[in-house]
Amino acid sequence: MKQILEFEKPIVNLKEKIAELKKFTGESDIDLSEEITTLEKRLADLEDDIYGNLKPWQRVQMARHQERPTTLDYIAELFTDFLEFHGDRNFGDDEAIVSGIAYYKGVPVTVIGHQRGKNTKENIRRNFGMPHPEGYRKALRHMKQADKFNRPIICFIDTKGADPGKESEERGQSEAIARNLMEMAGLKVPIVCIVIGEGGSGGALALGVGDLIFMLENSTYSVISPEGAAALLWKDSGLAQKAAESMKITAPDLFELGIIDEIIAEPKGGAHRNIKQQAENIDKVIEKSLVELNKLSVDELLEKRWEKYKQIGDYKEH
Amino acid sequence: MLKDLFNKKKKYASIPSEQSKVDIPEGLMKKCDNCYKIFYRKEMNNNLNVCPNCGHHHQLNAWERIDSLFDKDTFVEWDKGMITSNPLDFPGYEEKMENDRKKTGLNEGVVSGKGFLNGQETAFAVMDSRFRMGSMGSVMGEKIARAVENARKESLPFIIFTASGGARMQEGVLSLMQMSKTSVAIKRFSDAGGLMISVMTHPTTGGVSASFASLGDYNFAEPGALIGFAGRRIIEQTTREKLPDDFQTAEFLFKHGQLDQVIHRHDLKNVLGTLLKMHQKGGNPE
Ligand SMILES: [Zn+2]
Repeated sequence: MKQILEFEKPIVNLKEKIAELKKFTGESDIDLSEEITTLEKRLADLEDDIYGNLKPWQRVQMARHQERPTTLDYIAELFTDFLEFHGDRNFGDDEAIVSGIAYYKGVPVTVIGHQRGKNTKENIRRNFGMPHPEGYRKALRHMKQADKFNRPIICFIDTKGADPGKESEERGQSEAIARNLMEMAGLKVPIVCIVIGEGGSGGALALGVGDLIFMLENSTYSVISPEGAAALLWKDSGLAQKAAESMKITAPDLFELGIIDEIIAEPKGGAHRNIKQQAENIDKVIEKSLVELNKLSVDELLEKRWEKYKQIGDYKEH
Repeated sequence: MLKDLFNKKKKYASIPSEQSKVDIPEGLMKKCDNCYKIFYRKEMNNNLNVCPNCGHHHQLNAWERIDSLFDKDTFVEWDKGMITSNPLDFPGYEEKMENDRKKTGLNEGVVSGKGFLNGQETAFAVMDSRFRMGSMGSVMGEKIARAVENARKESLPFIIFTASGGARMQEGVLSLMQMSKTSVAIKRFSDAGGLMISVMTHPTTGGVSASFASLGDYNFAEPGALIGFAGRRIIEQTTREKLPDDFQTAEFLFKHGQLDQVIHRHDLKNVLGTLLKMHQKGGNPE
């Protein structure tokens, strides 16, 4: 069951037509190979045109695609001997965040990421990838361990946001997020953050204070969902498309605003079309980042991290 | 039948009290938002905007707050002239800012600087929710990060009074990133041994609650202040849970171990003064 997005329909229709012609050619004596070649060329052009010019709202749909690879998919592709560890030692274990250590090309690293499900059952288990405070506290516990044992940290960001619920408020969702922002700032090991799907608000940021920040081509990073922004700004959640454009939430937008370091390309049609290819693209960026960051002394690393965040924002002074 | 009669009667009876809720001459008089009792504005102001009848804490604007805490004429303001550049070219944003500038006499929803509180020098930032609901954009993030950096360089404590509805929508993801920017600044300050005190006032929600407001060495709140991460309506819609009446109040947070103290506004200056004094370099017992 492949999920087909509205704007992909012309491509799907054309593909079906080509398949029909091929079938017809095989069953009858009429040679349609010339027509088929023409249509296949048109298909390639159409794919380039549609996937090469995705509008912000279309990228939002890509980022939310049911089959989009998750943190665990990438962990399987990029690392070896992954050992997942659980619990915040205080309240419980939150399966909306996976966290543990693994080898990356022979180097032990700490890997942490939001984890959503690809179906309802998984999503209930993972709370749709929306962490509770204990999820952030588990992540912080593992980050401090990485700091102690001098392991680089790789974070995968993929959440609609932190869990909005009564118990999360009671257990200090605000404090848990704030604590991670502050503590990540001081970790003496390289931190590489990669937005792989939706980067929703403070719940995403709480795994996102790093030395180098990357976004997949069709991922988003925003202060609020486009639907939420539209409801607040124009009292109409139907204007989400307009909000997606004006709020600047796509990878190219964030690159232009100087917030992220690089955009990681996706295979044509999105990360879910070819997980291996996507993982290779991510792999190159992680390797390059660790080599670059390993050259820095702890003081240089922390000073550069501060410089990076200090310059984010725009204002005028009189 | 009996029920109809009862309802009608109740409705009729409520009319006079409804009337008493309107038509208060602004300026001269001030009606309590909680008990609806009417006071001379001057009387309310002299009481730091705390209702003399029921103790309800009405909001203080930034300068009222500064005047209530700092020794006379000791406060020096920082970065007063910083204003938004409308970084996303958001339609209508600059007009809204201009209106709030006229309405409040401020350039942004935060005033920062340093001064003397009970004779002890401290860096300070106070948010003003009249200005775009105290929402955080680039200017607010920059002013707070600079105030924290100044405190670090001058070896001063840093006190922040928060009041914010959350993110500045018109600055999109730049607004979000001010959470990390301010938090990184606070980490540097904290590692250098700096003392930070956070006082959450009504309302402190969203991104401000989930960043510097929660990062004090001591976290306080004023009575009755609304404090939380997610909005009540969103929580109700998402979880269909019944929420207690005191949900996300200062008292609720205190009950759940999230605050050091809930402090009455009349006691704030003394508590802050004592705390500042206790963090001066120690000596031998007298
Ligand atoms: Zn009252």
